[in-house]
Order: sequence, then structure tokens, then C-alpha cells
Amino acid sequence: MTPPDSIPQRIRAQDERLARERGTIARDGPDLRGAELEARLDRTWRRTPGIIGWLATVDHKEIGRRYIITALIFLALGGVLALAMRVQLARPDSALISPQRYNELFTMHGSTMMFLFAVPVMEGVAVYIIPLMVGTRSTTFPRLNAFSYFMYLFGGVMLWVAFLLNIGPDVGWFAYTPLSGPEFSPGKRADVWAQMITFTEVSALAAAVVLICTILKARAPGMTLARMPLFAWAMLVQAVMIVFAMPAVALCSSMLISDRLVGTNFYNAAEHGDALLWQHLFWFFGHPEVYIIFIPATGFVSVITETFCRRPVFAHAVVVLALISTGILAFGLWVHHMFATGLPRVGYSFYTSASMTVAIPTGLQIFCWLATIWDGRPRFQVPMLYVVAFIITFVIGGLTGVIIAAVPLDLELHDTYFIVAHFHYVLIGGAVFPLLGILTYWYPKITGRMMSETLGKISFWMVFLGFQLAFFPMHFSGLLGMPRRVYTYPAGLGLELPNLLSTIGAFIVALAVVIFVVNGIVSLYRGMIAPPNPWGAATLEWATTSPPPPYNFAHIPVVESNTPLWDVDGEMPVVTGLRVDEKETLLTTVVAAVPDLREPIPEASLWPFIASVAVGIVFVASIFSPWALAFGVVPCAIAIAAWFWPKEMKRHPEPVIS
Amino acid sequence: MSSPCRASLLFLGLAALTLAACDREERHSRSKPIGETVPAGQSPDTIWPGGSQPSPLDPRAKLYDNNAPALSEGQYLYTQMNCVGCHFHGGGGMGPPLMDDEWRYGGRIDQIAASIAEGRPNGMPAWRNKLTEDQIWKLAAYVRSLSGQPSKDAVSSRTEEMSNTTPGSLTPREPAHSSDTAEQ
Amino acid sequence: MMGRRGAVLSLPLLLAGCDYQTYQSIFSDASTEVHDFNILFVIFLIVCAIMYALVIGFLIAAIVRRSRTGPADVVEEGRHHQSNPAMRTGLIGWTALVGTGLMALAIASFFGDRSMANAAANEKLSVNVTGKQWWWDITYNSADASKMVRTANELHLPVDVPVHIYLKSDDVIHSFWVPSLAGKQDLIPGRDNDITLVPRKIGIYRGQCAEFCGADHAKMALIVNVDSYADFLKWWHHQLESAPAPTSPLTQAGYNFVTTRQCSSCHAIAGTPANGTVGPDLTHLASRRSIAAGAMPMSEGNLYGWVADPQSLKPGNHMPTIGLEPDQLHAVVAYLETLK
Repeated sequence: MTPPDSIPQRIRAQDERLARERGTIARDGPDLRGAELEARLDRTWRRTPGIIGWLATVDHKEIGRRYIITALIFLALGGVLALAMRVQLARPDSALISPQRYNELFTMHGSTMMFLFAVPVMEGVAVYIIPLMVGTRSTTFPRLNAFSYFMYLFGGVMLWVAFLLNIGPDVGWFAYTPLSGPEFSPGKRADVWAQMITFTEVSALAAAVVLICTILKARAPGMTLARMPLFAWAMLVQAVMIVFAMPAVALCSSMLISDRLVGTNFYNAAEHGDALLWQHLFWFFGHPEVYIIFIPATGFVSVITETFCRRPVFAHAVVVLALISTGILAFGLWVHHMFATGLPRVGYSFYTSASMTVAIPTGLQIFCWLATIWDGRPRFQVPMLYVVAFIITFVIGGLTGVIIAAVPLDLELHDTYFIVAHFHYVLIGGAVFPLLGILTYWYPKITGRMMSETLGKISFWMVFLGFQLAFFPMHFSGLLGMPRRVYTYPAGLGLELPNLLSTIGAFIVALAVVIFVVNGIVSLYRGMIAPPNPWGAATLEWATTSPPPPYNFAHIPVVESNTPLWDVDGEMPVVTGLRVDEKETLLTTVVAAVPDLREPIPEASLWPFIASVAVGIVFVASIFSPWALAFGVVPCAIAIAAWFWPKEMKRHPEPVIS
Repeated sequence: MSSPCRASLLFLGLAALTLAACDREERHSRSKPIGETVPAGQSPDTIWPGGSQPSPLDPRAKLYDNNAPALSEGQYLYTQMNCVGCHFHGGGGMGPPLMDDEWRYGGRIDQIAASIAEGRPNGMPAWRNKLTEDQIWKLAAYVRSLSGQPSKDAVSSRTEEMSNTTPGSLTPREPAHSSDTAEQ
Repeated sequence: MMGRRGAVLSLPLLLAGCDYQTYQSIFSDASTEVHDFNILFVIFLIVCAIMYALVIGFLIAAIVRRSRTGPADVVEEGRHHQSNPAMRTGLIGWTALVGTGLMALAIASFFGDRSMANAAANEKLSVNVTGKQWWWDITYNSADASKMVRTANELHLPVDVPVHIYLKSDDVIHSFWVPSLAGKQDLIPGRDNDITLVPRKIGIYRGQCAEFCGADHAKMALIVNVDSYADFLKWWHHQLESAPAPTSPLTQAGYNFVTTRQCSSCHAIAGTPANGTVGPDLTHLASRRSIAAGAMPMSEGNLYGWVADPQSLKPGNHMPTIGLEPDQLHAVVAYLETLK
């Protein structure tokens, strides 16, 4: 079922010359297939072993694994902070943790969870799976991908080292000015926070660029936009949102550093700056940020629902439109975080309406998933259980979101534990549950073994019920008058019981996560060996071995529907003609996925690592002195120039059909 | 290097980091009140019988001199106690400037604290019974920062008021002359 | 007044344990605005509960449906799915339902907002509240400057009289929030915000700063006493009186200390030489219900503890630990106790 020979005459002549020179066959095809092809591809695509190879790798699977493991470590660290906070809040008038430490704890918890766990883990899963799901050998811009991981790692490590060195931030994860400004936040704590933002924002932007280009240009032939899986759509929308949202927070955090380092007056009301400028810029990023976390999770839910209900998601086109409209609408809501600041009331009504409107596309998606379950034949293995938990939990969070979208209600509930309950319901219910499900689902693909179903079910029930116990009482704490970010509360207001229940629930959730991690580690050694498609799924990542070889697919598949593995009779149709002696992949057109170019993939390189070290040093040094920016340009320029230095081009991206 | 070996090295490294924690940012809010003793014995002069031997620096100087929360509280007190009324924001008015390099009664932190506590001729009131020792030391630390003495990490660049001086973090250090020669 | 609504809202209170005060809770409905809030909240809860019931009902029905048979092999089955046309109608119906529900809620919210904004008519009382780290500096305005009252951390308000509160901040962003009386409004340096309260029930209510403002954010509370108009005027006139002169040797020693030593640098006591403006006005300290912005209730023992070591009770706040000798402490507290 290979398409007509697509190699132009000119290229064939060049091949024959090379083959004569080297005595080898350069491309896959009828002459080179099966085990011999796989051996040649493996030699070409496998990275060199050892520490240099580890630092220099551009294999998206390796980078994706690193992202996921690093993000899960930060989840654990952030979770430990949460447990410390809950122990402090379990009783009224508690003196266990001093207010200074407690302020550091909730700042680190929020920053770790939002910047170092939630977005990176979504990026990591996407970086691993998207090339496999869209049927290509590598992401586009693989060195940028490596760079983005190292920037993320260095930013996270910097923040945590600062915390352990007693210069961790204590101004909240949102760092409102003027509290985070030079007068009221002495020392370098807030600068460390602001610079962590810079690291993670650069990392996220780089990963977003990689994902957008991979999804739009590197899809398998025949995978038109209409046939693209919903997870790929979700990541596309999310990556575009990152490109528009992240610069706002990079700007406001850089302005904060500038105020603190060199005495500018961006947020100084006395010099015609404005404390509210911070809030506008931060929340212009902050609100899309939560959708940046949520939208990939909707992609996870679509993937799991399709596989475990044995039918494609109902109304595929509607779900795609819902994703796109959520992504666009999310940018129009940010003032709902500022309803108490005294801006004009009529303007607020606009944001109330926008906040309610954004619930409509999400509600549509929920209907589509429920219709898929209704029409399909659901199998309730662990990933599907997480989808059910997602629906039960996230919808509660979404509805409390509708409640606080109303200005008169928000004026009472803003900055109380009602809000804490709301966002944990949407973030844990809406992002972490699908994440746990998808990690269970794609674990066989990543590691080649299945996770234990029994341990999976135990940790599922514990995390689901523990979560409800931990966070449902917080609605009542808020209604009874408990504000946020308080290190203790007085006795006699009725807050004791909800807080105690929350603490108990938090420990149950922690235990559940531990069991999940233990399951993950033990299954690496004792899990059942996984076949290529253990769940019987429909998408392309299951068309290769578990785990995939370094080159992903021996031949690039051709796609003719949006559930390729279900619609194929016998052998999967493929294209041939890609080189095996050099790293090369196939680029296709944006909409119709017609084969377009043969794109050489860069070799492994240490320069992304070196560049990220150079940039990291500049960022960290600029916390302490503005001269770092002046002097630091030099090593960064050197590293980036070396990275992009044009190599002797033995070949250019070759058209597939001249 | 095996996995357990790497893990334990990492753990030791982290433990070492925690122990080496940074004192610049430590808020000493729970420290015991200091008795009203020093800096009474502190001489503002550099002339001593038997040669120019500077007196040893008060051990409390370390707690305040490069401590960011102490400088911040000193900044607060400087405005609230109306030091601005005579010294302006360091430029001087009725009182001598504090951001230059001339210290009539010594520019070391304990000498400045003595000046604040005891008062000085020509109009500097004695604050000994009006402020606690701790507050006086914090003010002294802040006053030193007006001439760029403490390390730039600890100083805040500006207050949330009208900008009236060079940002603190860019203020060049003015080496003291004509009185105290004992920098720390 | 609360009736069925109260019953619905009280249900969670039963779960939360009955034996506590509701003076910092939204349920203790002490003003028109909070009453309107409770009505709107219940409307939202009902609509949201209906939507949730529909979602969960659909979910349960979808899970429980077992009337289907089909091929055992999942890949084989996935190939042969067919779409249910009734679902398409369901999708359109669902969208219409969600859209209508949200529109109704948005309109209810808009009208609720308008009605709360209208409470601001006919103010007869105006108060300036300045937020500082970590206390509330309160001044009752009056056309006659000699009738202005400066106090701290505690508001006295007459029932049924709209009071217009001007909110300013001296340092960072704080938020004025008395849940039983009104929604919150931020105090932002460089902005002039304001809020109008119309208390409808006599009683004592507690509020707290609701915007993270630094180390002692958790201990920046506010007590609001709502009295009858006559009692309020009595309170106002009492506030205008200076502090009484000391009568015993112990209180005289305390007076001497307070007016000549560290206390007078920051605090003011009307009728004495102490006129510092940095900290709260102490003229009628002993008649307040709490010490240090709600950090602890007012009592002689607590006052001893506070004056002896404020840093241990509210670490990081601007009042220093002076290190008083025991007899100085006795004298000072004895004198402060006379400042009723």
C-alpha cells in the first residue's frame, strides 16, 4: 500500500552516487525493510551512552521522561509543603510554624505546583507522546526542546535551593505589589521568585514553539486537521495560549525585578506608577495559565474515553471548537481576580459575563464525553476510573467557579477558603485526576510494562475520597469567614472541624500519591510486559513497540481516518523513502497533511545544555546585580552562536515531490 | 557511582545547604530584648591614649549591619520617627547629611547607634528612652545604608514614596574619612 | 427573617458543629447587603445543583447502561461504532440549557449588584479607615474638627444608618472585610476606595484583613459593634473625652513611664503629653474588645502579655519588645487599664 514512488530523479541520482561512495543503501523502501531496516535506524537514531550523551540528547522521548519525572518530584515537594501547612492549620491558634515560615510555605507550595509541576508535566507528557501520536520520528526543533527542559530544571532547582538557604520567597505565588516591592519585601526573596518565573516562562515558551511546529508540520501523511486526535488539538490550543500569555508574566516579573534592583517606579503610586498594574499583568497571564493547565487534561480525558469506551469521542468537531473557543475566551476573564480592587462596577459585569460564557464550551465537552460513555461500552479500568472521578469533581469546581463569577458573591468569597476549595477542585479534579489516569494509560508505552491494576485501584479510591474529605470542608471554612493565607485562626468561629477534616483528607491524598508512585516504581521491575497496544486503542502511538525504539516508527504511517488503528485491515499503510543513514523525518502541509519536505533532524548536541547554563547563570546573577545582564550577554551569545552555527550542509530539506 | 551512593550524596549536599542558610534574610523578631548598656561606652573619637587603637566592634553589629529585615525596619523608623525632618532623606537640612562620607561622631554602626541613643551637640536629640536598643540599632544600620556601606544584597532600592535619592542598591559606597578609620 | 433560606444555609452549620459564634460568618445576616448575598447565593446554589444533578444523572445512566452487546474485541468494536442521532439533539438541548442557565445567573448577578450598590444612598456617617501593617487606623469624620474621633481596630456603628467608609492604605494592599455586614473592598496605596455599610442588626461582628499583607496578615482583625443610635452617640461622646488623670501611685508611675519613655514615641493618649502618630491611639484602649487588632481578647492578663512581649504574640509587627522590669510592667498595665 505504499504510495507511488515519490523520489524525484535528481535525488535518486544523488542517492546512487552516495550508495556507490559508501556502498550502502540510504533509504528505507522495498529494498530495505524488516529487521535490517530497524537495525540501521537504531544505529542512526540511538544516542551515545554516558554522561555526555545524556546531556546532549535530543530524543523527545528522553526529554519527555525527564520532564515528567522532574515534575513529579516537584509535585511531591509541593505536597510535603501542603502537609506542613495543613498540620499547622489543623488546630486553632497553633504556634507550630511561625508566620514567616508559613508565608514561605504557601508561597513555595503555590509556585511549585503552578510553575514547576502543573505546566511542565503537561509539556512533558506532550513532548513524549505527540510525535508518536501524530506519526513522526522526532519533534521539530529538538535542541530547543532540550534547552527548554534544562531551563525548567535550573529554575526549579534555583527556587528550592533558595528556599533551603532561607532566601525563599514569602510573598505568595502571585506576589502582589507593593508587598513584593523593594520597601516591604526586604532582601532577595521576591527577586528569587521573580527570576524563577523568567526561567519557567522561557522554558514554557520554547516547549510551546516545539509543540506548535510539530503538530502543524510533522504529522503523518493523511492526518488532516480533521483527523488529528483530540489530544493533539488540545496541545495545539494550549501551546498557542502559552505564546500569548507567558510574556505578560515575564514582563511584570521583570518590571518587579527592575523596581527592586535599580529603583524604577513601575509599581510606585507616589511616582505615578500603579500597584494595580501588577495585578492586571499577572492575571492576564494567570487566568489563561489555569486553562493552560486544564486544556491538556481535557485532551487526556478524550484519549482515555475514546479507548475505554471503544468508540471515538462523540461530536469530534464540536470538541475541537470547544477547545479553541475556551482557549480564546480564557483571555477575556482576568479581571474576575480583581473584583475587590475598586475598579468601575459596570466594567466588572463584562467580566462576570465572560467568566460565565467560558463555562459553555467546557460544558459542551463534558456532554460529549458523557455521550461517548453512553454510546460506547465502557471498561472501568484505572484510567477510566480517573475520568469518572474527573467528571464528578471538576464539575463541582466549575460550578463554584460560576458562583464566584458573580460580583456580589465574589465580594464575600474572594480571598477565602471557598476560593481555595474552588481552584483545588478544578485543578486537582480537572488536571491531576486526568494526569494520574493518563500516566497509568501511557505507562506501558513509556516503560514497556503495565502498572498494577490492584494498586492502581487502591490509590485511585484513596486519592478520590481523600480529596473530597480534604477540600469539600473548605467551602464551609470560607463561608464561615476564614480568609486565605493565614497561618492560624482563632478558636470559636466554627473553623476547627472543617480544618481538621481537611488535614485528615490531605494526609490520605498524600498516602495515595505515595502508593501511586510505589506502583510506578515497582511495576518497572515486576509489571506485566506490555504488547504494543495493550488497551486496544486507536491512535498511532500504539502502532509501535512499547517502549518505542529511538526512531519511533520503522516506516512513517499513512492515516486515513481519525482512529487509524481501528480502521486498518492487516498491515498499516506507510510511506517509504526516508533516509536511514542520517536522521531525517517527513514534514507535511499544515491542513491537509500532504507530504511536503524531508527534514534533516539535528544531531545530539551539548550546546543547548551549555546555553541553558549560560542563560541560567545570567538570570541568577541578575538577582544580585544589574551588571550581570551587561556582562552575561557575552557567554550567552557565544553559546547560542555555537548552537546555531550553520553546519556544513551535506543536504538541504528536500522536497518530497519536485 | 551507584544509585544509593548518589542519593545519599545528594541528601548530604542538601543537608549542608540547609545548615549554611543565609543570615541576610533572617528576621530576628523573637530575639530577647537587649539591655540598655552599649553603646554607652562607645567613643566617637579616633584619638586614644597610647595610640590610635579602635575599640572592638560590638558583637551585635553582625545581627544588624547586613540584615535585610533590619534595614527595612530601620527605613520604616527613619520616616516614622521623623529623622527626615532634620536629615531629609540623607541629604541633610537642619541636620548634617547622612549619605556622604563625613562622620563627625564616627561612622561605624555602633558609633552611629551611640549617637542616636545619646544625642549629640547642636540639636541631635537623645533617643535612648524613646526607642528600644533594637530599634536604635536598626536605625543605625539604615543610616549606614544611606552612604552605601552595607552589602547591596541587603539594601532595598527605594521606598514606595516620591523618589528623592539615588536608589539604595545603586548608591556608591562612601568610604568614611576624617573620623572613624575602623571599617569592619 | 431568614426562614427557609436560613434553614437551607444552616444545614452545613449543623455539620460544622453548633457551638460557636457566627459573628465572622456570612450566615449571620446582619445587613441588607449580606441578606441579598444569601438570597443570590441560594439561587446560584439551586441552579448549580440542578446542573450538577443532570451531569451526574447522565454519568450514572451512561455507566449503568448494560443493554448493549457487541464484539468482544475492542479494536473490532471501535471500528464498527455508530453515532446515536438522538445524541445530537441532546447536545443542542444541553447547550441551550447551559446557556440559558448561565444567562439567568448572570442577570441575577447583575441585578443583585445594582441593588447592593444602591444601598449607598443617604450617608449620614463617614469614617476613614487607613490600613497599616498590621492594624486599622480609624477616624470618624465630622464637619467640626473638634468632634473627630481617632481610634483603632474597632468600629462602632449605629444600626440602620448608612456609613460611608473611605479606605486608604499607608503601605501595602489590605482588604476591609466584615463578612456579616458587607463584601470586601481592598485598601490600595495610591487609590481611593470606599465602601458603604448599612448594618441592620445590633450585635458584635468580627472582620479580618482579606488580602495578604505580610507577616501578621492573620492577626489583622477588626471588631464592629453595631449599637442603637443612642448608644452610638454615647460612645462617640465618650471617645471625645481625654484620658483620666492617674489616681494612685502605681498608675502615676505608669503614667510617667508611658508619657516619657518609648510608648510615647509611637502612641497618642489624648490629654497627656503622649502624641505619637505611628501606632494606634490608646486614649480608650481598655474599653476595646481586643488587643492588637484582634490578636487576643482584651483582658488584664492579655494586656500584661502584650506589653511585656508583643513580638511573641505577633512576630514581626512594628511594636518592639521593650524589656520592661516587673514593677515597670505593673505600673504601665495598671495605667493602661484606667484608659476606658
